Amino acid sequence: MTATLEVADLTIVRDADEARIVDGLSFALGPGEVLGVVGESGSGKSTVALGLLAFARPGARIAGGRVVIDGVDLLALRGGELRDARRRLAAYVAQDPATALNPALALRTQLLESLDGPPAENLDRIRRVLRTVGLPADDAFLRRKPRQLSGGQQQRIAIAMAVVARPRVIVLDEPTTGLDVSTQAKVLALVKQLCADEGIAAIYVSHDLAVVADVADRVIVMYGGELVELVPTDALLGAPRHPYSRALLAAVPSARERQVLHPIRGRAPGVGERDAGCVFRARCDFATDACLERPPLEAEPGGRLVRCVRADEVQRLTRITRVADRPERPGLVCRPAVLEAEGIDAHYGERQVLFNVSLELEPGRCLAVVGESGSGKSTLSRCLIGLHEQYEGRLRLDGEELPLTARARPAAARRELQYVFQNPFGSLNPRRTVGSSIAAALRLFGSDGRRTGAVVAEALERVEISARLAERYPAELSGGQRQRVAIARALACEPKVLLCDEVTSALDVSVQASVIELLRGLIDEGLAMLFVTHDLAIVRSIADSVVVLSEGHVVERGETAAVLDRPSHPYTQGLLADTLELPALAG
Amino acid sequence: MAVELLAAPAPSRSTRRARAVALAVAQGVGTLLVVSLLIFLVTQAMPGDVARVVLGTRATPETLATLREQLGLDRPIWEQYGTWLWGVLRGDFGTSLVNGMPVSELLAGRIRNSLTLSVVAMLIMLPISLLVGIVAAQRRDRAFDQGFLGTSIVVNATPEFVTGTVLIALLGTTVFHLLPPVSFIPPGDSPLAHPEAMVLPVLTLVVSGVMYLGRLVRIAFIDAMSSEYVQTARLKGLGTPRILARHALPNALGPVIPAASLVAAYTVGGVVVVEYLFAFPGIGAALVEAVNNRDLPVIQAIVLLIAATYYVLNLVADLLAGGEPQGR
Amino acid sequence: MSAPPRTEAVAASREPSARGAGLRRLWAAPRVRWGVLLLAATTAFAFLGGLLAPFDPSQPVGAPYAPPSPGIWLGTDQLGRDVLSRVLHGGAYLAWMAPTSAVLAVAIGAAVGLAAAYWRGWVDTLLMRAMDVVLAFPGILLTLLFVAVFGPLPWLLVTLVVVALVPGVARVIRGAALPVIGREYVQWAKAVGMPSATILRTELLPNVSSPLFVELGVRLMWAVGILASMSFIGYGIQPPAADWGLMVSENRTGLGIQPLAVLAPVVMIVVYTVSGNLIAEGAARVIARTEGRAE
Repeated sequence: MTATLEVADLTIVRDADEARIVDGLSFALGPGEVLGVVGESGSGKSTVALGLLAFARPGARIAGGRVVIDGVDLLALRGGELRDARRRLAAYVAQDPATALNPALALRTQLLESLDGPPAENLDRIRRVLRTVGLPADDAFLRRKPRQLSGGQQQRIAIAMAVVARPRVIVLDEPTTGLDVSTQAKVLALVKQLCADEGIAAIYVSHDLAVVADVADRVIVMYGGELVELVPTDALLGAPRHPYSRALLAAVPSARERQVLHPIRGRAPGVGERDAGCVFRARCDFATDACLERPPLEAEPGGRLVRCVRADEVQRLTRITRVADRPERPGLVCRPAVLEAEGIDAHYGERQVLFNVSLELEPGRCLAVVGESGSGKSTLSRCLIGLHEQYEGRLRLDGEELPLTARARPAAARRELQYVFQNPFGSLNPRRTVGSSIAAALRLFGSDGRRTGAVVAEALERVEISARLAERYPAELSGGQRQRVAIARALACEPKVLLCDEVTSALDVSVQASVIELLRGLIDEGLAMLFVTHDLAIVRSIADSVVVLSEGHVVERGETAAVLDRPSHPYTQGLLADTLELPALAG
Repeated sequence: MAVELLAAPAPSRSTRRARAVALAVAQGVGTLLVVSLLIFLVTQAMPGDVARVVLGTRATPETLATLREQLGLDRPIWEQYGTWLWGVLRGDFGTSLVNGMPVSELLAGRIRNSLTLSVVAMLIMLPISLLVGIVAAQRRDRAFDQGFLGTSIVVNATPEFVTGTVLIALLGTTVFHLLPPVSFIPPGDSPLAHPEAMVLPVLTLVVSGVMYLGRLVRIAFIDAMSSEYVQTARLKGLGTPRILARHALPNALGPVIPAASLVAAYTVGGVVVVEYLFAFPGIGAALVEAVNNRDLPVIQAIVLLIAATYYVLNLVADLLAGGEPQGR
Repeated sequence: MSAPPRTEAVAASREPSARGAGLRRLWAAPRVRWGVLLLAATTAFAFLGGLLAPFDPSQPVGAPYAPPSPGIWLGTDQLGRDVLSRVLHGGAYLAWMAPTSAVLAVAIGAAVGLAAAYWRGWVDTLLMRAMDVVLAFPGILLTLLFVAVFGPLPWLLVTLVVVALVPGVARVIRGAALPVIGREYVQWAKAVGMPSATILRTELLPNVSSPLFVELGVRLMWAVGILASMSFIGYGIQPPAADWGLMVSENRTGLGIQPLAVLAPVVMIVVYTVSGNLIAEGAARVIARTEGRAE
């Protein structure tokens, strides 16, 4: 294979202390091939993406290595030569097109400026590319500014901008994160098609294994700034040989069948926190004394690379029980609903966002509310908790009429209905300690002041957080820990109903698994839960029944298995078809 | 939720924008009415009987009564306000109590002088601020930038009369004797015909303005240069000059334009002290004079004029700042 | 709604970090320390300076505009009084009036801004329109107008400076509070029915403490500026009292002969205002750092 891109020993360090963000990365890539780079927060994958264009963010520096495209080492170039190489050889697509496109410049200007030569010819080329990516190519469209486009259109423009100069390599950094699944499916299809048709080699960086599995021929698994496994996609899914790859796979939920999600304990090391041993050692189930020394990257048959001394054992043990030992609970007719909503109509200003939405929630069950952005699912949960002002309808808690706004509700109702927010970084007051946040909730409902400390400790214990952390401030906790504390605060109020709004969408998949399992446990203890999400795989993992929202209307409802196995509404069918799955090779 | 709102088809941006502007203008008119009422009431509360001030030693009970009637002082205060406001709206600010001249005539030349001073100061200030701000941003944390930041901390804190006094000491009297410390402009002459009289007052306003506006330009440029779209431009292989001019500048101007409007407002507010300091024959100096003479109609006219200008410039700054979101 | 999973590292850096109260973090900023040091020094100078003055500040000690000589280290002013003694006495009014105005303005402005941001609706409209009326007057114009009516009484000057400064503070604090109110922990507090007063005190106020500190510095700087300017144009502290602003005004005709009579009070005014600005700049820098913005 003649390599289009050859990366050797790419090392990127933090300016301040020379700590390695990316540590000696090497791989090669042929024309038309798509290589996935997968890893969680802090794995260094985004730094790699930029490094492939010989670029480092302020505060970081490329300390060594080679990035050779078509025989040209980008890292050896300076000034005009480097600019020239970035125009001709490599292109980059950023995660968020809303910030990556210049808001002040017309699309035409931004597309034209990456091309040399006469504008007339270049415009022809631009129009062709625009049609390829499925966008209009007329002058009126070219005169638009980025904010006049939808998110999906913006990302198409970003991709068009990347391929218009016919680069040999294109680097995509989480290009579909933040897009709805239907848009994501189209963008992924486009990337595959462009690489195949134009012979472009692509690096596709993502935190989402299912996305990478869909688009990539081979996958690099990164952890703590290191390549831990480089493997053909099929082989990764079928027989991971690195413990981290294996653990990551076990944490990914599936929309097709209910699985037990296995979280990875502990947390990933930050830059500069790594020691001489194996970087995954502290969280690894296979770790032995041999792991105190940094394992070498072993080349294996089939072009595979693994950095683990116990790869054979890992592969042998690879089958993690995936089928859920906890089946979905059938609807228990005898138990009366604890929360009922009837005929909810909600508005934002003059615009109606919810139309006659009704639902019922029984104790010990989880109801998922599913929808894409704009479906009104978050508004629904804000109505139920009493934070949304403009809505009508009827609510009943435990059979008793519940006033619509939180202000009008009796204290008992406010205690029994608790809420956990999507954003773990906003849900706790940064100026309060964790313990004080929980104690504030207790004080509100007139708990015995002398017992507060004990109750706080107990609540933290229930979400598997050490009571010692009660003295900490939120800034000292990880995102997963904060989300647990937010759940603990809700639990301390002894709620009957817990409303969870996308509580895992800001978390890494390994952390998400632990939060989901925690919530599942609480449901088993008799809590009623309303879980708002856009992710069907999470619905399958946690919910007993499901309500599908589209543009403010309930389009489908029923038991989870029934709805996800045999969706009846075209919207649900489409959603399910676009939801990516890890191919079930593991059996 | 915000995302949800944005994703849905909403009334077009320009309609919403027009609505916001209309609302702001309506509120502005209302506010100015309240302001005019406030000015009228406060000046009416001034100690001393207006009629007595006018007549001086010629005051007898009869002449006082006659004059009060002539001036409308015997009518209820609301009526007086109505008459005054109606006059103001037609450009008639009444007559000076000191020399009997129509206020509008009395102030016409003064207004032109003050306007010339402010406009010249702004015209010089803007390009210099832009240049200094961009250079400081490009040389961030290096000597030029550090020097600029340090100077601005001192100059921005210094009241204008102090800055002006120091400039006089430096250029007018103590160190160099280059410029007149007092701005003498004969009545009727354009201040532009007497550049030497303009230099120090203009310089005082410019020094204060540049240090403030330059800082804002600097930060706006640093923000734009560290944005993702500039990173995109770099990764596209564009050169620094093009990135600066085409990518950073239009976005950096976004926050700078309302700030410039704000500085214009400060300049208008600052002319009172600066004109007094240099005895520059503008409305600021006229105001201090009128206050000394208790010349009510003149005080009312000048305060209303400055307040209205100041408020409108502030309002424009708000509208510009609340306008189109620039990047993030 | 399906927000992109921001990587934790990035999101964390934007969060107000560091444990403990905001004040300790502010104190760690060198500019804040310098500002507070200068402020303390100026205040001590203004209050205690009079005790060290070699001469009576209102009695002539020599010819007008006499240059410095042994014993009369800074020369004399336009009436032949000792400049040094007058400078030592000349901050007494300013040193209580300016900080009093600034603290009151920030307290009232913060209350107005927080209330407007928290309740929105008609409360917001009413408060902020009222602020707009005051905002239409440049600070010096407003003060001049009322002082011309009621005379240059110190308490009136303080009141006027407070009135002139409150709208600015209210707008800044309202702006700082709005995003905090949108944060989930305030939403949660509303949902569980925490009393509004408690939300304002425990959830909002601590999270706008840094901008409050910036305002304190900025408004001190403005208060000194307005008060000194008023003295300068003759509507502040009245002769024969010794006052820095007044001294600049009295002696500027002799700037060519005896510059020290003007420059000495000028230096004192600048040091005072710069102390306020340093505090503000330092605090603003701390905020910018924690929010990951440029300074």
